[in-house]
Amino acid sequence: MSNARLETRIWALQRATAAVLAFCVFVHLGMIIYAVQDGLSAAEIISRISGNLAWLAFYAVFIVAVALHAPIGIRVILNEMTNLSRKQTHLIMAALCLIILVMGFRAIIGLYTAGAGA
Amino acid sequence: MKTGAHRNHPHYWAFLLHRGSGILLTLFLPAHFYVLGLAIEKTATMDGFLSWSATPLAKIAETALVILLAAHLTGGLRLMALEFFGTRESSKIAVCVGAGIALVTGLIFLLNGT
Repeated sequence: MSNARLETRIWALQRATAAVLAFCVFVHLGMIIYAVQDGLSAAEIISRISGNLAWLAFYAVFIVAVALHAPIGIRVILNEMTNLSRKQTHLIMAALCLIILVMGFRAIIGLYTAGAGA
Repeated sequence: MKTGAHRNHPHYWAFLLHRGSGILLTLFLPAHFYVLGLAIEKTATMDGFLSWSATPLAKIAETALVILLAAHLTGGLRLMALEFFGTRESSKIAVCVGAGIALVTGLIFLLNGT
Protein backbone atom coordinates (compact mmCIF):
# COMPACT_ATOMS: atom_id res chain seq x y z
CA MET A 1 0.00 0.00 0.00
CA SER A 2 1.39 3.44 -0.92
CA ASN A 3 2.13 5.98 1.81
CA ALA A 4 -0.55 8.37 0.56
CA ARG A 5 -3.17 5.64 0.53
CA LEU A 6 -2.21 4.50 4.03
CA GLU A 7 -2.30 8.09 5.36
CA THR A 8 -5.76 8.58 3.85
CA ARG A 9 -7.00 5.41 5.53
CA ILE A 10 -5.52 6.46 8.88
CA TRP A 11 -7.16 9.91 8.53
CA ALA A 12 -10.53 8.30 7.69
CA LEU A 13 -10.18 5.90 10.63
CA GLN A 14 -9.56 8.79 13.01
CA ARG A 15 -12.62 10.68 11.74
CA ALA A 16 -14.81 7.56 11.92
CA THR A 17 -13.69 6.84 15.49
CA ALA A 18 -14.22 10.54 16.33
CA ALA A 19 -17.87 10.20 15.31
CA VAL A 20 -18.27 7.12 17.55
CA LEU A 21 -16.43 8.88 20.39
CA ALA A 22 -18.66 11.96 20.12
CA PHE A 23 -21.58 9.77 21.17
CA CYS A 24 -19.57 7.79 23.78
CA VAL A 25 -18.07 10.92 25.43
CA PHE A 26 -21.50 12.58 25.56
CA VAL A 27 -22.95 9.54 27.38
CA HIS A 28 -19.83 9.22 29.58
CA LEU A 29 -19.99 12.90 30.65
CA GLY A 30 -23.67 12.48 31.51
CA MET A 31 -22.83 9.35 33.51
CA ILE A 32 -19.98 11.10 35.38
CA ILE A 33 -22.24 14.01 36.38
CA TYR A 34 -24.99 11.60 37.45
CA ALA A 35 -22.63 9.24 39.36
CA VAL A 36 -20.86 11.91 41.45
CA GLN A 37 -24.14 13.21 42.93
CA ASP A 38 -24.06 10.81 45.89
CA GLY A 39 -20.28 10.38 45.98
CA LEU A 40 -18.29 7.60 44.33
CA SER A 41 -17.20 4.31 45.90
CA ALA A 42 -15.76 1.06 44.53
CA ALA A 43 -19.00 -0.74 45.52
CA GLU A 44 -21.12 1.83 43.66
CA ILE A 45 -19.04 1.51 40.47
CA ILE A 46 -19.14 -2.31 40.65
CA SER A 47 -22.90 -2.39 41.30
CA ARG A 48 -23.52 -0.20 38.24
CA ILE A 49 -21.44 -2.23 35.78
CA SER A 50 -21.32 -5.77 37.23
CA GLY A 51 -23.46 -8.14 35.15
CA ASN A 52 -24.80 -5.30 33.00
CA LEU A 53 -24.29 -6.36 29.38
CA ALA A 54 -25.39 -2.98 27.97
CA TRP A 55 -22.66 -1.10 29.89
CA LEU A 56 -20.10 -3.79 28.96
CA ALA A 57 -20.98 -3.38 25.25
CA PHE A 58 -20.95 0.43 25.52
CA TYR A 59 -17.54 0.58 27.22
CA ALA A 60 -16.11 -2.09 24.85
CA VAL A 61 -17.01 0.14 21.87
CA PHE A 62 -15.68 3.19 23.77
CA ILE A 63 -12.32 1.51 24.51
CA VAL A 64 -11.82 0.24 20.94
CA ALA A 65 -12.68 3.68 19.50
CA VAL A 66 -10.35 5.54 21.88
CA ALA A 67 -7.56 2.94 21.37
CA LEU A 68 -7.64 3.79 17.64
CA HIS A 69 -8.37 7.53 17.89
CA ALA A 70 -5.85 8.68 20.53
CA PRO A 71 -2.70 6.97 19.11
CA ILE A 72 -3.46 8.35 15.62
CA GLY A 73 -3.72 11.87 17.08
CA ILE A 74 -0.47 11.46 19.04
CA ARG A 75 1.23 10.18 15.87
CA VAL A 76 0.14 13.29 13.93
CA ILE A 77 1.61 15.53 16.66
CA LEU A 78 4.86 13.51 16.80
CA ASN A 79 5.19 13.64 12.99
CA GLU A 80 4.74 17.41 13.00
CA MET A 81 6.75 18.35 16.08
CA THR A 82 9.60 15.83 16.36
CA ASN A 83 12.29 14.36 14.11
CA LEU A 84 11.13 10.79 14.68
CA SER A 85 10.93 8.62 11.57
CA ARG A 86 7.62 7.41 10.14
CA LYS A 87 8.45 3.88 11.31
CA GLN A 88 9.14 5.09 14.85
CA THR A 89 5.87 7.03 15.09
CA HIS A 90 4.00 3.98 13.77
CA LEU A 91 5.59 1.85 16.48
CA ILE A 92 4.66 4.38 19.20
CA MET A 93 1.10 4.46 17.81
CA ALA A 94 0.85 0.65 17.88
CA ALA A 95 2.27 0.43 21.42
CA LEU A 96 -0.13 3.09 22.72
CA CYS A 97 -3.06 1.34 21.04
CA LEU A 98 -2.09 -1.94 22.70
CA ILE A 99 -1.68 -0.33 26.16
CA ILE A 100 -5.13 1.29 25.97
CA LEU A 101 -6.76 -1.93 24.74
CA VAL A 102 -5.17 -4.18 27.38
CA MET A 103 -5.66 -1.80 30.35
CA GLY A 104 -9.14 -0.76 29.22
CA PHE A 105 -10.47 -4.29 28.70
CA ARG A 106 -8.81 -5.52 31.90
CA ALA A 107 -10.69 -2.82 33.83
CA ILE A 108 -14.08 -3.19 32.16
CA ILE A 109 -14.14 -7.02 32.11
CA GLY A 110 -13.02 -7.01 35.74
CA LEU A 111 -15.84 -4.65 36.70
CA TYR A 112 -18.39 -6.63 34.66
CA THR A 113 -17.46 -9.94 36.32
CA ALA A 114 -16.72 -8.48 39.80
CA GLY A 115 -20.03 -9.41 41.41
CA ALA A 116 -20.40 -12.78 39.64
CA GLY A 117 -19.17 -14.91 42.54
CA ALA A 118 -21.08 -13.00 45.20
CA MET B 1 2.27 39.54 8.08
CA LYS B 2 3.18 40.51 11.62
CA THR B 3 5.00 37.71 13.48
CA GLY B 4 2.67 35.98 15.95
CA ALA B 5 -0.45 37.60 14.47
CA HIS B 6 -2.01 34.14 14.10
CA ARG B 7 -2.12 33.97 17.91
CA ASN B 8 -4.84 36.59 17.94
CA HIS B 9 -7.10 34.31 15.93
CA PRO B 10 -9.71 32.15 17.79
CA HIS B 11 -8.95 29.21 15.47
CA TYR B 12 -5.33 29.18 16.66
CA TRP B 13 -6.43 28.87 20.30
CA ALA B 14 -9.04 26.25 19.36
CA PHE B 15 -6.31 24.27 17.54
CA LEU B 16 -3.98 24.57 20.55
CA LEU B 17 -6.71 23.55 23.02
CA HIS B 18 -7.71 20.55 20.89
CA ARG B 19 -4.13 19.29 20.69
CA GLY B 20 -3.31 20.04 24.32
CA SER B 21 -6.48 18.39 25.62
CA GLY B 22 -5.87 15.37 23.36
CA ILE B 23 -2.35 14.86 24.74
CA LEU B 24 -3.43 15.30 28.39
CA LEU B 25 -6.44 13.00 28.02
CA THR B 26 -4.26 10.31 26.39
CA LEU B 27 -1.75 10.54 29.25
CA PHE B 28 -4.59 10.33 31.78
CA LEU B 29 -6.17 7.18 30.26
CA PRO B 30 -3.74 4.55 31.67
CA ALA B 31 -4.06 6.09 35.16
CA HIS B 32 -7.86 6.07 34.81
CA PHE B 33 -7.88 2.39 33.79
CA TYR B 34 -5.46 1.52 36.60
CA VAL B 35 -7.73 3.11 39.24
CA LEU B 36 -10.80 1.35 37.78
CA GLY B 37 -8.84 -1.92 37.97
CA LEU B 38 -8.39 -1.33 41.72
CA ALA B 39 -12.18 -1.63 42.19
CA ILE B 40 -11.90 -5.34 41.43
CA GLU B 41 -9.09 -6.56 43.71
CA LYS B 42 -8.26 -3.70 46.05
CA THR B 43 -11.53 -2.00 46.89
CA ALA B 44 -10.07 -0.49 50.08
CA THR B 45 -7.24 1.10 48.08
CA MET B 46 -9.71 2.43 45.56
CA ASP B 47 -12.04 3.83 48.22
CA GLY B 48 -9.00 5.52 49.81
CA PHE B 49 -8.18 7.04 46.44
CA LEU B 50 -11.81 8.15 45.94
CA SER B 51 -11.81 9.79 49.40
CA TRP B 52 -8.63 11.64 48.43
CA SER B 53 -10.33 12.69 45.16
CA ALA B 54 -12.92 14.60 47.23
CA THR B 55 -10.26 17.02 48.52
CA PRO B 56 -10.43 20.55 47.01
CA LEU B 57 -7.20 20.22 45.02
CA ALA B 58 -8.23 16.87 43.51
CA LYS B 59 -11.69 18.28 42.80
CA ILE B 60 -10.13 21.14 40.82
CA ALA B 61 -7.99 18.64 38.87
CA GLU B 62 -11.06 16.45 38.16
CA THR B 63 -13.06 19.48 37.02
CA ALA B 64 -10.19 20.47 34.72
CA LEU B 65 -10.25 16.93 33.24
CA VAL B 66 -14.02 17.11 32.67
CA ILE B 67 -13.59 20.53 30.98
CA LEU B 68 -10.74 19.15 28.83
CA LEU B 69 -12.91 16.16 27.78
CA ALA B 70 -15.87 18.40 26.94
CA ALA B 71 -13.57 20.86 25.12
CA HIS B 72 -12.00 18.02 23.09
CA LEU B 73 -15.50 16.80 22.19
CA THR B 74 -16.80 20.21 21.07
CA GLY B 75 -13.48 21.05 19.37
CA GLY B 76 -13.59 17.74 17.48
CA LEU B 77 -17.19 18.32 16.36
CA ARG B 78 -16.21 21.80 15.16
CA LEU B 79 -13.24 20.36 13.25
CA MET B 80 -15.37 17.70 11.55
CA ALA B 81 -18.03 20.29 10.68
CA LEU B 82 -15.30 22.38 9.04
CA GLU B 83 -13.87 19.40 7.13
CA PHE B 84 -17.13 17.88 5.96
CA PHE B 85 -19.49 20.85 5.67
CA GLY B 86 -17.09 23.80 5.29
CA THR B 87 -18.91 25.98 7.81
CA ARG B 88 -16.20 28.65 7.82
CA GLU B 89 -18.39 31.71 8.27
CA SER B 90 -19.84 30.56 11.55
CA SER B 91 -16.76 28.75 12.87
CA LYS B 92 -15.65 31.64 15.11
CA ILE B 93 -18.99 31.37 16.84
CA ALA B 94 -18.53 27.59 17.02
CA VAL B 95 -15.23 28.12 18.89
CA CYS B 96 -16.99 30.28 21.49
CA VAL B 97 -20.01 27.97 21.79
CA GLY B 98 -17.72 24.93 22.19
CA ALA B 99 -15.66 26.65 24.89
CA GLY B 100 -18.86 27.71 26.66
CA ILE B 101 -20.32 24.19 26.60
CA ALA B 102 -17.04 22.77 27.97
CA LEU B 103 -16.99 25.28 30.85
CA VAL B 104 -20.66 24.72 31.69
CA THR B 105 -20.10 20.93 31.73
CA GLY B 106 -17.21 21.43 34.16
CA LEU B 107 -19.33 23.67 36.38
CA ILE B 108 -22.22 21.18 36.44
CA PHE B 109 -19.73 18.47 37.44
CA LEU B 110 -18.24 20.66 40.18
CA LEU B 111 -21.58 21.75 41.62
CA ASN B 112 -23.16 18.30 41.34
CA GLY B 113 -20.43 16.42 43.24
CA THR B 114 -20.62 15.97 46.99
